Amino acid sequence: MHEHLSTQFDVELDTLRAHLTRMGGMVQEQMHNALAVLANGDRETIEMIVEQDKGVDEMEVAIDMACTNLVARRQPTAIDLRLVMAIGKTVTDLERIGDEAKKIAKTTRRIVERGDGGSLSQVMEIRHMGEQAAAMLNNVLDAFVRLDYQAAALVVRSDKEVDQHFQAIIRQLITYMMEDPRTITTALDIVFIAKSVERIGDHCKNIAEDIIYIVKGLDVRHKGLDGLEQEITAA
Amino acid sequence: MNIQKPPSKPTKVKAETRNFNFFYGDFHALRNINLKLGENQVTALIGPSGCGKSTLLRSFNRMHDLYAGNRYEGELILHPDDTNLVDPRVDPIEVRMRLSMVFQKPNPFPKSIYDNVIYGQRVRGVKKRSILDDKVEEALTSAALWDEVKHRLNDMAFALSGGQQQRLCIARALATDPEVLLLDEPTSALDPIATASIEELINELKKKVTILIVTHNMQQAARVSDYTAYMYLGELVEFGVTDEIFIKPKDRRTEDYITGRFG
Repeated sequence: MHEHLSTQFDVELDTLRAHLTRMGGMVQEQMHNALAVLANGDRETIEMIVEQDKGVDEMEVAIDMACTNLVARRQPTAIDLRLVMAIGKTVTDLERIGDEAKKIAKTTRRIVERGDGGSLSQVMEIRHMGEQAAAMLNNVLDAFVRLDYQAAALVVRSDKEVDQHFQAIIRQLITYMMEDPRTITTALDIVFIAKSVERIGDHCKNIAEDIIYIVKGLDVRHKGLDGLEQEITAA
Repeated sequence: MNIQKPPSKPTKVKAETRNFNFFYGDFHALRNINLKLGENQVTALIGPSGCGKSTLLRSFNRMHDLYAGNRYEGELILHPDDTNLVDPRVDPIEVRMRLSMVFQKPNPFPKSIYDNVIYGQRVRGVKKRSILDDKVEEALTSAALWDEVKHRLNDMAFALSGGQQQRLCIARALATDPEVLLLDEPTSALDPIATASIEELINELKKKVTILIVTHNMQQAARVSDYTAYMYLGELVEFGVTDEIFIKPKDRRTEDYITGRFG
């Protein structure tokens, strides 16, 4: 991509992307910590995740404002416009991923405080699912930095696997609850955790769709996997 | 939500260029332009200085005839009668009645508001006062100026503000009942309020006439036009629905231009 005639415009766009990358890094760390908490229930890490969320929220507001300022001052068009619009949406998804990581941490704290921490390790699937969602997050942030629409398309595809994991966990938990109603309280908490992980996958998919929009100018939302791949190939 | 987008190409064509070329003496200013103007649509011509957009606009009403050595090649067709506007046998005065032009700077004649508006009708030989009165009211109303000037039609045109003068020029252009209105950077000399009123007017006028507008202000092209054509070095690089051009242009040169990058 050529540089703009206005170097200040280049600086502003680069700064916006750099901020987004930084926010992505913060959310990645939250996610990483949330996965650790699922394994060890460590209270200090839980508090850290809650604290990290404040920084993510601040970044969301700051980047949103930078996008608004850039639109007002530069009236971006074409790829610049698509980039700014997509960043505006991506920060919302990143902030929600942060929220879900916080929910995972808080729900885990509830389970641990109930003295039921051992139950979590019985549901191995949730760890796998979490790792899968974390991989989606890593991949989609990487694709954003490189504006790699093919890598983004792979992220969209991988969301289906996370959804399948979620269904498997629900089936497993239903079995536990039917066998022993005393497990219901904790099983429901694990359902909430699984739902949070599943939502993280959805948010990563949204970001991946934004990347495809930036690079190809295609709105592939609600198109289904086949529709998405057809459109990308045709474009 | 119902967001109407125009079709990817104009369905009903009011005017078109066919392999159109133009020469300023030896200089080949327009190269094989094929462009269709949709009826009752606004088409914007954008491109860097010297790309030929004003040259193309001016070809539509034979402005280049005024200087010796200028030469047209190819066709510039006005529908529905398929008149080739650049055919030397076609009277340029009649062309200018059917395709009216408004320029960058408001250029009213040193006459009264009334006389400015009915100038074209007088050239046509219309003398009856009642017809002229009706025409003045109709044209000034269409140009959204009637309410502001109806009590002072005999004042000199120069007494009006810049924005009003430009609307007067639009009224003068409309008074010959043109089929196409050619606007050459019509708001570049106006303040933002006057610009907004002209843009609003363009939106109204397209119900009656087909509009071709040259503008250096890309946001203006994005706001007022249905279709946009990007020109560069005398060629038509890309033509398409305005939203597509500004969100997802197909040609790299268009993208570089509208995003303000080095080409």
